Amino acid sequence: MSAPRATARPRRGGGIRRGEARAGYLFIAPAVIIAAVFLLIPIALAFWVSLSDWNGFQSPLNERVNFVGADNYAAITTEDTLQQRNFGRAVRNNLYYVLLVVPLQTALALFLAVQVNRAVLRGRGFFRTAFYFPSVTSSVAIVIVFQFLFLGTGAINQILAAFGAQGPNWLNDSRGLLHILFGAFGADSAPSALADGGMLGISWWDWLAGPSVAMTVLIILAIFTTSGTFMLLFLAALQNIGSEIDEAALMDGAGPWRKFFSITLPMLRPTLFTVLTLGLIGSWQVFDQIYVLGGGASILTPAYLLYETSFNELQWGQGAAIAFILFVFIIVLTLLQRWILRERSPKKRGYAQRAASRNLTEGGVR
Amino acid sequence: MKASQWTALGLTGALAVTLTACAADGEGSGDGSGNGDGASGGDSLSVLIASSGPAEAGYYEEAVARFTEETGTEVEIVVANDLIQQLGQGFAGNNPPDLFYLPWDQFETYAAQGFLEPYAGDLANAGDFLPALVEQFSYEDEFYCAPKDFSTLGLQINLEAWEAAGLTDADVPTTWDELQTVAATLTTGDQVGLSMGREYARVGVFMNQAGGQLVDGDTVTADTAENAAGLEYLQGLISDGSLVFPPDLEAGWGGEAFGLGRAAMVIEGPWINGAMANDFPEREFISVELPAGPGGESTYSFATCWGMPVGSDTRDSASALVEFLTTPEEQLLAAEAFGVIPSTTAGADTYASDFPENAAFVAGVDYAVSPVAFNGAAAVMSEFNTELEQLGSADAASLLATLQGNLQAALDSAQG
Repeated sequence: MSAPRATARPRRGGGIRRGEARAGYLFIAPAVIIAAVFLLIPIALAFWVSLSDWNGFQSPLNERVNFVGADNYAAITTEDTLQQRNFGRAVRNNLYYVLLVVPLQTALALFLAVQVNRAVLRGRGFFRTAFYFPSVTSSVAIVIVFQFLFLGTGAINQILAAFGAQGPNWLNDSRGLLHILFGAFGADSAPSALADGGMLGISWWDWLAGPSVAMTVLIILAIFTTSGTFMLLFLAALQNIGSEIDEAALMDGAGPWRKFFSITLPMLRPTLFTVLTLGLIGSWQVFDQIYVLGGGASILTPAYLLYETSFNELQWGQGAAIAFILFVFIIVLTLLQRWILRERSPKKRGYAQRAASRNLTEGGVR
Repeated sequence: MKASQWTALGLTGALAVTLTACAADGEGSGDGSGNGDGASGGDSLSVLIASSGPAEAGYYEEAVARFTEETGTEVEIVVANDLIQQLGQGFAGNNPPDLFYLPWDQFETYAAQGFLEPYAGDLANAGDFLPALVEQFSYEDEFYCAPKDFSTLGLQINLEAWEAAGLTDADVPTTWDELQTVAATLTTGDQVGLSMGREYARVGVFMNQAGGQLVDGDTVTADTAENAAGLEYLQGLISDGSLVFPPDLEAGWGGEAFGLGRAAMVIEGPWINGAMANDFPEREFISVELPAGPGGESTYSFATCWGMPVGSDTRDSASALVEFLTTPEEQLLAAEAFGVIPSTTAGADTYASDFPENAAFVAGVDYAVSPVAFNGAAAVMSEFNTELEQLGSADAASLLATLQGNLQAALDSAQG
């Protein structure tokens, strides 16, 4: 009587737990379906578009759409075309944007978080709200305010004028910051070594242009608007660090700087990783500010370029190809950053810790 | 355990099949009977417009109400925030509007990609449109898209500045030399003689006036001496200090520089009337025809047409609506409401006599040409606009050499 049951059991997963797995799949089905419909299928479809000559007419799966292989990718990366130059320019602009925005916004967010976390600060609530305020305001509204602030005769230039400096015509100035700097040292035009070679249709000299003055305004804007959000993340992490650790550090004789760099910052590593990753992804996708300002070569970014390419030129394949290149870019950079911020191997860490504690103890004895 | 895995696999498979089936379904019905609006047999139309303001949208609401009264066809006016983006979405989703605004710079791209129904040649009033506009909205000799209205460029003169400089009606410039002279006369400490957008759609006019053109049939002729002469003339004005572009005058566009009194003359189209009335009502000015260059008179015409999606089920009722909206009566009502110039010969003539202050724009249509706007040209032109930032300092020939290369590549790929 029990014999057949025993043989059936491992095969059918019966007994009291019978059908549990099926119920489980049933329960996760809504989430799976939603993810498939809104994420997986669109991504797969976009990938297909990037390999096709779809022009935006009817479904990308209709029979008139042809497979063109990597042509779209070639047009923006290897062929000497205007599209390639625009893509190169967009990548250059965005690269400088990321290089400036990510470290600065992280540093500022951390600085603000540490400041508003101090128990002695009066009106902490007020400052927390004030610093977070730009993050809850629509970035479109802030761009428009910035547009007025950075007019040639705007408030910023009037303040500069009060100090005797003459500000540029910010948003209409397409000169690169580094080019201006080189110009100050007398290097106005490209040395032949930099003028000839290049990448993505942009000469090395132009790669070295730095962010345009117009882009600099957007960089300031991004730092201003996002550091509040990241401050909140850092603040949450800071409040997780128990006061006993502070006390222990104090007992070991650590000064405020030492405590910050040797205790607080290492303990913030997971949050730091989150903030840097979010910042990196967000700043490679900058679009709305550019859209509000109406585009233009000096503030072109890949995200805006793919919009232009797709909607205005109906080159949906190339637009999708830009999106996928951007996607790979972000993945690679995130992995790289993860590798840099990884937990060091125990042996090494052990040594570093021993050294650190030795120093601290000695410091304490002295 | 194994069985559950198979169940899961089966479920996933079923899900995939269902979704594919849904996708195929949607597509199939789209290919077959067209969109939902069409299914009701042409009794209702959706029309996508881009409105310059409440006056334009208001006029169309009233006009289609008159049309509905006459024909019984229901019409829904949808005002787009971003016309091109919404059109792209409509076409990709296989649900384009039955009739839509299509600006001149997008027309050839849409026609070349096979998005448009070539209905305009079959309209009852197809012969009434201005020939220059019929040409602008024809692709491969087929008249696709009925022009809605048009604008040409003219020269606006600030009367206050004009009189202050001691100039009279006899001094209104008709040649390049005269333009250079009056621009220099009008240039004072805080006012420049002439301003205009630093873009192909303005600068190109001077290349045409010098006798140049960018495309001649199948070949690109951007790097000719005539085109260079056009740019060099502007460079001369820049070095005189009498031509300064709006960004350097703290203005967003030519009209703003003009309204603020920072430029005594600008080159803009009839839209300047509305802009001045709204933002600078005290500004007194006249619009005259552009002065002629060594190659004769030239201006650009910018027009918008009524696009219809290819294979539209509502072709007949939508054509009827276009015929209704392009009758001289309706066009004059539209002109009164929001200041556009009618696209028909009769309408434009009446308009010129009803609105003498805009006669110069109507006169321009005789010699107006369309800016280059073939499929793929837009990116080249925006690149050229970027290059024009260096107009003041760069060598005209090298600017045009870059343009020649880019434009030829675009033309080659447009012609396959």
